[in-house]
Amino acid sequence: MIAALTLLLLCQLGGEIIVRLLALPLPGPVAGLVLLAAGLAIFGRVPESLRSVSTGILRNLALMFVPASVGIITQIDRLETYGVALAVSIVVSTLAAMTVTALVFRWATLRVNRSETREGPAS
Amino acid sequence: MTNVESLWVYLHETPLLWLTVTLAAYTIADGISARAGRRPIANPIVIATALIIAALLATDTDYKTYFSGAQFVHFILGPATVALAIPLVDNFKQIRRAAVPITLALVAGSATAIVTAVGTAWLLGAPHELLMSLAPKSVTTPIAMGLSQTLGGLPSLTAVLVVATGIFGAITVTPLMNLLKVTDPAARGFAVGLASHGMGTARAFQANVLAGSFAGLAMGLNGLMTALLVPLLTLLF
Repeated sequence: MIAALTLLLLCQLGGEIIVRLLALPLPGPVAGLVLLAAGLAIFGRVPESLRSVSTGILRNLALMFVPASVGIITQIDRLETYGVALAVSIVVSTLAAMTVTALVFRWATLRVNRSETREGPAS
Repeated sequence: MTNVESLWVYLHETPLLWLTVTLAAYTIADGISARAGRRPIANPIVIATALIIAALLATDTDYKTYFSGAQFVHFILGPATVALAIPLVDNFKQIRRAAVPITLALVAGSATAIVTAVGTAWLLGAPHELLMSLAPKSVTTPIAMGLSQTLGGLPSLTAVLVVATGIFGAITVTPLMNLLKVTDPAARGFAVGLASHGMGTARAFQANVLAGSFAGLAMGLNGLMTALLVPLLTLLF
């Protein structure tokens, strides 16, 4: 378990270093995700201990957002003045983004599948 | 009496208390969410946040003191993000097969998120620094705060907007996708991860692992895409 945690932290550390050295517009952990994914793809399988530790963490992903979420109390003054505009903007934009993303995804999936079937059973 | 007071003064400042409160609030919130049949409205993040804010207000505690304890939970976000590599690798075949839908949905969704957020607030008369704080609201907090700073927004406000977007997307994704009759878990997961970053991803993992993998992928890709698109905004507003 400690080895798996160490591996996750090493990837994050590697990610932080790469992001800073190359001045990438990315957070270190996302670069760490790419590092780990590439490593696992080369290694060919996910070690069992890494899988169980990661599954445990991801199952409780929601918990890790709680401290940042409580930070809402630091912005109450600004929210009193512009709260409505900000709330409407978030509602409209989040619904629009999810709708467009899902519909484009579905449309493109259907197009790809249709052209594959038209090309016949060669593939 | 003074003993109780000095004990409280001591406990109040120690990270142990607020770390414990955070975990306890989450345990209660997760229990409520489970008893509500994981209905989207009973979002564990919202319930836990409300419980903690009530505790902070009742004890007159500021956020800085709270965060001295909560930072240990917050820290795990880093390794948790790295851990998203595992479901990604597990579902690599499906993801590679969906390369075309992923690319098209990413570009369309990312642009929609930015333009509709800034456009709506602009129509409602929000000032420039608020527009710039809103622009990166669909991406994960560290990227969003960095972009907000570059654009001339307020990073601390952006952090709050990111959270609000995450919660709203996590709550609405299931009814919205049912309404649109989108049943493919890949499309549903990708949409919520793109629009609502890690909180949307957490919600997608509650539904199923495939949706969660596509959500995590969308979160990472939209972080990049938004970083590329958002600087164009300064030309418009």
